[in-house]
Amino acid sequence: MEQRRMSLRLIDNPVDRLARTIEALLVIAPAALSVEELAAATEDEPERVETALGLLASRYREGRSGIVLEQVAGGYAFRAAREAAEACARLVERPVQRGLSQAALETLAIVAYLGPVSRPEIARIRGVAADSAVAGLVERGLIAEAGRDKEGGAIRYETTPLFERVFGLAGLSELPRLDDLAEDDEGLRRRLEEVAGSRGA
Amino acid sequence: MLPVSAVAELPLDLDAFEGPFDLLLTLVLKEELELADVEIVEIVLTFLDERGEDLEVDGEFLVLVASLLELKARGLFPEEEEVPFEDLDPDDAAGELAELLAQYRRFRTAAGWLEDKLDAESDRFFRLGPAPLAPVPERPLAPQQPESLAAALRALAAEPPAPSLRHITLTFPPVSLFLERFRAVLRRRGRFVFDKEVERLTRVEQAVAFLALLELRKAGEIAIGQAAPFEEITVWNNAA
Repeated sequence: MEQRRMSLRLIDNPVDRLARTIEALLVIAPAALSVEELAAATEDEPERVETALGLLASRYREGRSGIVLEQVAGGYAFRAAREAAEACARLVERPVQRGLSQAALETLAIVAYLGPVSRPEIARIRGVAADSAVAGLVERGLIAEAGRDKEGGAIRYETTPLFERVFGLAGLSELPRLDDLAEDDEGLRRRLEEVAGSRGA
Repeated sequence: MLPVSAVAELPLDLDAFEGPFDLLLTLVLKEELELADVEIVEIVLTFLDERGEDLEVDGEFLVLVASLLELKARGLFPEEEEVPFEDLDPDDAAGELAELLAQYRRFRTAAGWLEDKLDAESDRFFRLGPAPLAPVPERPLAPQQPESLAAALRALAAEPPAPSLRHITLTFPPVSLFLERFRAVLRRRGRFVFDKEVERLTRVEQAVAFLALLELRKAGEIAIGQAAPFEEITVWNNAA
């Protein structure tokens, strides 16, 4: 009798019920859902939503479930467990991430770091026209138009939530700092001068 | 100077060449290569092949080639010798080029990081929705009343009023009426003038009367005479 009352109370635990509702929302969502979106849909407090998400994260994790709750693209989403990847690969294609060229990856990096950024700006950094790379990335849904340049009126682009999701980023802040990627600027400069001078030396 | 084909023969994957900066950076970072050996004409030709419509890129490219030329020119002089263009800051062009290359290299490194990240995520599968979430604005229906629905249906189901035929004024008297009348007139007088006989009738009645006349003529009961077209029609008893 005591046992029965216990389990009844568990099922009726409001946070548990909230977790079940969030579970349902995550299943039907086509993209990652932010805490705010979940709070609005459940008409509940963001703090309680986060508690419920913690509950779900412990249930849906690698090794325990075929479905994994992940924090990605500024929100939460379900994905397949990594151990199921081979079976998943036999079932579905991944056209968004397949065959990204060097030009596309460079353009994507520039948009991710500098976005919103226009095509002329991208071209200036890469030294070649960026039109086809930009068009390809837009088609894949990895970048999208984000207004126009105030001066020249050129269309500017920024990365989409899909970009973050495809690359498994919780947000753009997870990208390595540009300065860290540029540790050897002085070395490059020295090397340039060295190469230039070596002929005469 | 190496021949033009020298750049193509360098251990570089020129298919994967991604613009002058990419090529330059690769060349410069190759320790064994001397900048003086870089065929500028090759870089210019490749750029012209890939050239888009962007004037700004063209401008940047000119700066790049100019910087390259200056670097090469400086390389031709022995280090201890004074370079002949004292008015210019000799570090400017080289510094600018180094800056451009450094910036490009940061993003090339970032692109490499993204590529590695994508490889690391190759076993991450998730479902892609067809469309971004768009909360549908709620449109609550007004409370429904069966009576008003019934009233609306009743209004639709009502028998429509019979169409009025009042605008149709043509009424045809029977031909037999005129048959009897003309026979009676001929019995009394033996002959009559048709126009006078029907002059007070309506046009429709006159037409029916003429039909009756033709009937009598066909039956041989009467004879009909007319002096000329549109003259009076005279009718007399055929027997007379």
